[in-house]
Amino acid sequence: MSRDEELAVAAAVDARAARSAELTSLNDDYTAKYGFHDPEDYFLKAPKGLDHEVVEMISRKKNEPDWMRAIRHAALETFLAKPMPRWGNQEALAGIDFENIHYYIKPKGEQASDWNDVPDQIKRTFDRLGVPEAERKFLAGVTAQYESEVVYHSIREDLTKLGVIFMDMDSALREHPEIVRKWFGKIIPTNDNKFSALNTAVWSGGSFIYVPKGVKVDIPLQAYFRINAENMGQFERTLIIADEDSSVHYIEGCTAPTYSSDSLHSAVVELVALDRARIRYTTIQNWSTNVYNLVTKRAHAHTDAVVEWVDGNLGSKLTMKYPAIVLLGERAHGEVLSIAFAGNGQHQDAGAKMTHAAPNTTSRIVSKSISKGEGRSSYRGLVKVNRGAKGCKTSVECDALLIGEHAVSDTYPTMDVAESDVRVEHEARVSKVGEEQLFYLQSRGLDPDKARLMIVNGFIEPFVKELPMEYAVELNRLIELEMEGSVG
Amino acid sequence: MSDQMLSPDHPSVVFACRNLRVFVKDGDNEKLIVRGVDLTVRRGEKHALMGPNGSGKSTLAAALMGHPSYRVEGDIWLEGERVDTLEPHERARRGLFLSFQYPVAVPGVTVANFLRASLAARRGAEIPVRAFRQELNEAFATMSIDPSFITRYLNDGFSGGEKKKLEILQMLLLKPSFSLLDETDSGLDIDALKIVSEGINLASGPQNGLLLVTHYQRILNHVQPDVVHVFMNGHLVRTGGMELVSALEERGYDWLADEAAVAEGSRA
Repeated sequence: MSRDEELAVAAAVDARAARSAELTSLNDDYTAKYGFHDPEDYFLKAPKGLDHEVVEMISRKKNEPDWMRAIRHAALETFLAKPMPRWGNQEALAGIDFENIHYYIKPKGEQASDWNDVPDQIKRTFDRLGVPEAERKFLAGVTAQYESEVVYHSIREDLTKLGVIFMDMDSALREHPEIVRKWFGKIIPTNDNKFSALNTAVWSGGSFIYVPKGVKVDIPLQAYFRINAENMGQFERTLIIADEDSSVHYIEGCTAPTYSSDSLHSAVVELVALDRARIRYTTIQNWSTNVYNLVTKRAHAHTDAVVEWVDGNLGSKLTMKYPAIVLLGERAHGEVLSIAFAGNGQHQDAGAKMTHAAPNTTSRIVSKSISKGEGRSSYRGLVKVNRGAKGCKTSVECDALLIGEHAVSDTYPTMDVAESDVRVEHEARVSKVGEEQLFYLQSRGLDPDKARLMIVNGFIEPFVKELPMEYAVELNRLIELEMEGSVG
Repeated sequence: MSDQMLSPDHPSVVFACRNLRVFVKDGDNEKLIVRGVDLTVRRGEKHALMGPNGSGKSTLAAALMGHPSYRVEGDIWLEGERVDTLEPHERARRGLFLSFQYPVAVPGVTVANFLRASLAARRGAEIPVRAFRQELNEAFATMSIDPSFITRYLNDGFSGGEKKKLEILQMLLLKPSFSLLDETDSGLDIDALKIVSEGINLASGPQNGLLLVTHYQRILNHVQPDVVHVFMNGHLVRTGGMELVSALEERGYDWLADEAAVAEGSRA
């Protein structure tokens, strides 16, 4: 073994060791770590319920241009007219009480670019969540959203000098209205679905990123979304444009307090990767189990562009999320790599949508789900190859892991191929945490809980290894929390 | 046999079982596979267990380790203590080891991660990274396994030979007091057989013991057992030395079938 190989092996062993050391030192639960909440002390809290008055109020408070206000009001009409999705978990969807939600809450204080200027209580919250620490260690820019507004924002100066724009969506609308107007709602139109219409009517916060031609942002940019109030609706709106030959990696994390009544998170995320650009969008969401998470995410990939959604879904009561990529230009490549963990009382309905709209485009979908106890996870996916999109290649791989006798997994893969000259691969597997695997690990001294955790962490390893190390550690930690008190 | 007279908690005995019966679930019924086995292994001894296909050898080995598919009656003794009510991981921590005939793959779990966790479990303490790495490098060299396997996923895509070498590597690292080696020789070419046998011999010492389950003479020529048992129809039908191995190699198992029938009759 060469010196380099030896070092590589040593580094790998060290990293794992650090990770497993961190894992074994962990012993808290969601409520203690993420489920806490601050006392409510807001600048403005809209009354519950949704009508044109609320929409008007949000737009006025934000001092928006007329065109945006018009888009909002029209979107509200669309939302009211549109039926609920007729698929997915009908029972859970019917449980959403739109009248029992606050659609806009503005915390006290102005947006800060120094954590010391963030109101103490909110700063303490983000400290507890580890956001400032992560920023110091390995991020090139951060936004932190609390309820409806971004309370903190920063970006490394060298990136600003290169022309990179990273700010909250409201500021972008004020400072770069021409770019926002050009792209807003162009990837995901208002009437795409009931929840995209809802978001368009009441959106607030979210990230806006523009990366100029040829600029490569090597270090990730991150946004953290925190819900604090009970019966809160969070509707951030994110738009990322990677101009020709540029690249960017964006990471988002989300948590909320544990309440007995429900909250709603319904984001719209639009990505545009122009020719030869590259966007990776990583999500680690860990909502408390009283949150409905109904998110629409879609990307356009132009000629030779690459778009990757790396999507980790933990927590929530019901998640419905199918990150989509439209491969518009020749040789564009799209990937959706996702994991979902459904515990008791949770339904993760997640998947991907891939549209091959140009020749020689390629795509890959890898979906891994874990259902534990009475949890349910569903893969719902669509791969579409348009007529004329010759020479396309696509592969779909779904793996489901069941823990316990009552866990449920289902798969709804759809292939809609209108072209003959394509290569389509599809593979689906459902497995149980195997008795033989458990026995093997137990015969080496590992207790059943540790053995089960090791098998689950192994199962999601192909996903975890795509994450920056810090997030990999965090995700393994979250999985360990979910696995606590596992079935015997 | 004088050994059978030794009490299972005698200090010179490392492993023993008494009137061991193993049942396997068969629909709503249970099927008796191991029909009353007495075994006494003294420290420093290597025993071989031979028998035809389907005689229940692997069942016996797995049941001794505590496989959940089996129900066991009778006593199992390790280092002078009863272990038959213990879970597999508790038996392992006390020094029982099973080398699997077909080690399962655990995708996504690296060999390094797995070995570190099992070593910590066996030794009751985390091993410092540096010391672990050194120990690992030495063991990989001993077993002629390419160090790149340290970061591979456990048994995932390994050849039969690679899996068996990794089993014996674990035996070397975990330093069990008693090892059950279930057809460790199956599927090995001559070179791999030699490496595996040398590993087994290296892991054997005056304080521990092993039971090597096999069909064939060739691994026994390398490992040289002190005691050879023949297992048929759920019974130990004959116990002897290496001369028994030669007799089996020449004559097969049929000539012992009558003795098995007699043993069956005597217990009925």
